[in-house]
Amino acid sequence: MGLRNFFDRIEPNFTKGGRWEKYFPIYEMVESFLYTPKTVTTGAPHARSYVDMKRIMTYVVIATIPAILVGLYNIGFQVNTAFETLGPSGWRATILDALGIGFNAANPVLNMLHGLLYFLPIYITTLVVGGIWEVIFATIRRHEVNEGFLVTSMLYTLIMPPDVPLWQVGLGISFGVVIGKEVFGGTGKNFLNPALVGRAFLYFAYPADMSGDTIWTPVDGFSGATNLAVAASRGYQEIVVGGTTWMDSFIGIEQGSIGETSVLACLIGLGFLLFTKIANWRLIVGCLGGMILFSSLLNLVGSDTNPMFAMPWYWHLVLGGYAFGLVFMVTEPVSASHTNMGRFIYGALIGFMVVMIRVVNPAFPEGMMLAILFGNVFAPLIDYFVVQSNIRRRARRNV
Amino acid sequence: MSQTRKEMLVDPLVDNNPITLQVLGICSALAVTSSLQVAFVMSIAVTLVTAFSSMFISMLRNHIPSSIRIIVQMVIIASLVILVDQVLKAYAFEISKTLSVFVGLIITNCIVMGRAEAFAMKNPPVASFIDGIGNGLGYGLILMMVGVIRELFGSGSLFGVTVFETVNNGGWYVPNGLLLLPPSAFFIIGLIIWAFRTWKPDQVEEREYKIQVVGDH
Repeated sequence: MGLRNFFDRIEPNFTKGGRWEKYFPIYEMVESFLYTPKTVTTGAPHARSYVDMKRIMTYVVIATIPAILVGLYNIGFQVNTAFETLGPSGWRATILDALGIGFNAANPVLNMLHGLLYFLPIYITTLVVGGIWEVIFATIRRHEVNEGFLVTSMLYTLIMPPDVPLWQVGLGISFGVVIGKEVFGGTGKNFLNPALVGRAFLYFAYPADMSGDTIWTPVDGFSGATNLAVAASRGYQEIVVGGTTWMDSFIGIEQGSIGETSVLACLIGLGFLLFTKIANWRLIVGCLGGMILFSSLLNLVGSDTNPMFAMPWYWHLVLGGYAFGLVFMVTEPVSASHTNMGRFIYGALIGFMVVMIRVVNPAFPEGMMLAILFGNVFAPLIDYFVVQSNIRRRARRNV
Repeated sequence: MSQTRKEMLVDPLVDNNPITLQVLGICSALAVTSSLQVAFVMSIAVTLVTAFSSMFISMLRNHIPSSIRIIVQMVIIASLVILVDQVLKAYAFEISKTLSVFVGLIITNCIVMGRAEAFAMKNPPVASFIDGIGNGLGYGLILMMVGVIRELFGSGSLFGVTVFETVNNGGWYVPNGLLLLPPSAFFIIGLIIWAFRTWKPDQVEEREYKIQVVGDH
């Protein structure tokens, strides 16, 4: 094949002693992106599998496709609906107008096109800025740029509010890639989820652009709280009064970050990840169990002043970023616990924490991001205790 | 004595910095660096307390029984801290209010105790005094670096003078709220340590473990 021959011809320039020896990581990135990597792992133990890291990362990106599609539709739908009463505004409206496409909220294709104009700038910025950092570190540290970055950048894009300023997107992904991953040695050595680190950075640095009522549907003069915020201030019953049924929320037609609104899309992705055995079911069971048990407990306890106490678990499931985090972030194999028992505990800890933050902490309406980061930090400790108890158990057996 | 006086003064700035190499005094470095003015006053206060406490402890070092030396050191340090606190309250009340408990907490600042134990108990008064000044300046240097970053990008000003006009005042700069929270100092100090160790590779600690490579043993 012509392309293969091309790579074989230019390869000597990048290997040791070649003219562009320093830029080998960039060559390697492009080459292994198109072909199977030639290198095998040097450290023991060796396990042969067709599913290497490259494949895993590609599968995760594939699993996010339903969430992307619903996300695109949802943004377009929300914006086009708001245009009907408030009139078009912004540069995207100018482009769509110039192309003669229009803003009919009843037409799914138009909605998705409009959504694409929100999704693409964020995604491209993420890829470019994060990619530059990846290549800088790969070149200096002489490790390869791998597909893990594609996962990070896709997840990061999907948890952004649609109207986030692009310079903040760049700043957030820089922080996520450098502080969340590269300072610890790169992919596979990050104990936190880089996409969430980037989002957490923006959340605390620029709260006005990352939370509130005006950022979810970026139309001038429009104000719409996320349903989670509605539930936090007035009780979950008000969500239905406001016009969003449980089914709407399940399918994902509501205010929220780009890819997090649709539980259905996340579940399709989850099915794919479970089928390919990339997501571990123990993490899912743990996280669901922790959330359901603790929210039911709080339902029983009840509170006169805090309406969130009464929110049942099936609303917790569909609101905010719970489902997205559950499917794509709790299951991330690097930052989760590595022992089977630990996976149950790790999942349950996150499920417990997310309800805790949502219900008991009045400062943050959403808790999934902080709950997962919290779980990430505790994952090694959980593993340690699981391994220790296993050692003790086996030592007793052989007295 | 192995060190010259100049070395005693300059060494703690970069080569043996109390914050970046010995990782002492982190607590106050997180708490007081959101504004440069406060960080500056804190640096001066710690420098003076370290220098004078080292000097007085060094004067008494041959008379302090080893078993109660910590208590004696604490009494001297505490007296000096109270003195500093009173002076601040009298002449810089606003700053004193911002610093609040952190002036009092200089007593527990590991740098002060550390220099008393490690240096002043074994060396003559003048050397101890210079050593205290040097370590105080090393602490102050990092505090000022962190303070510049935090105040400039967190509030758009330096020493309270506006550099970047913020959006709320009709300017263009969107202040970074994270930098006003204490955890940001963790990141900044971490990055400064990274920069120092890239510049001076002999500060890098030895690895505790090595990932085994097959065919390497």
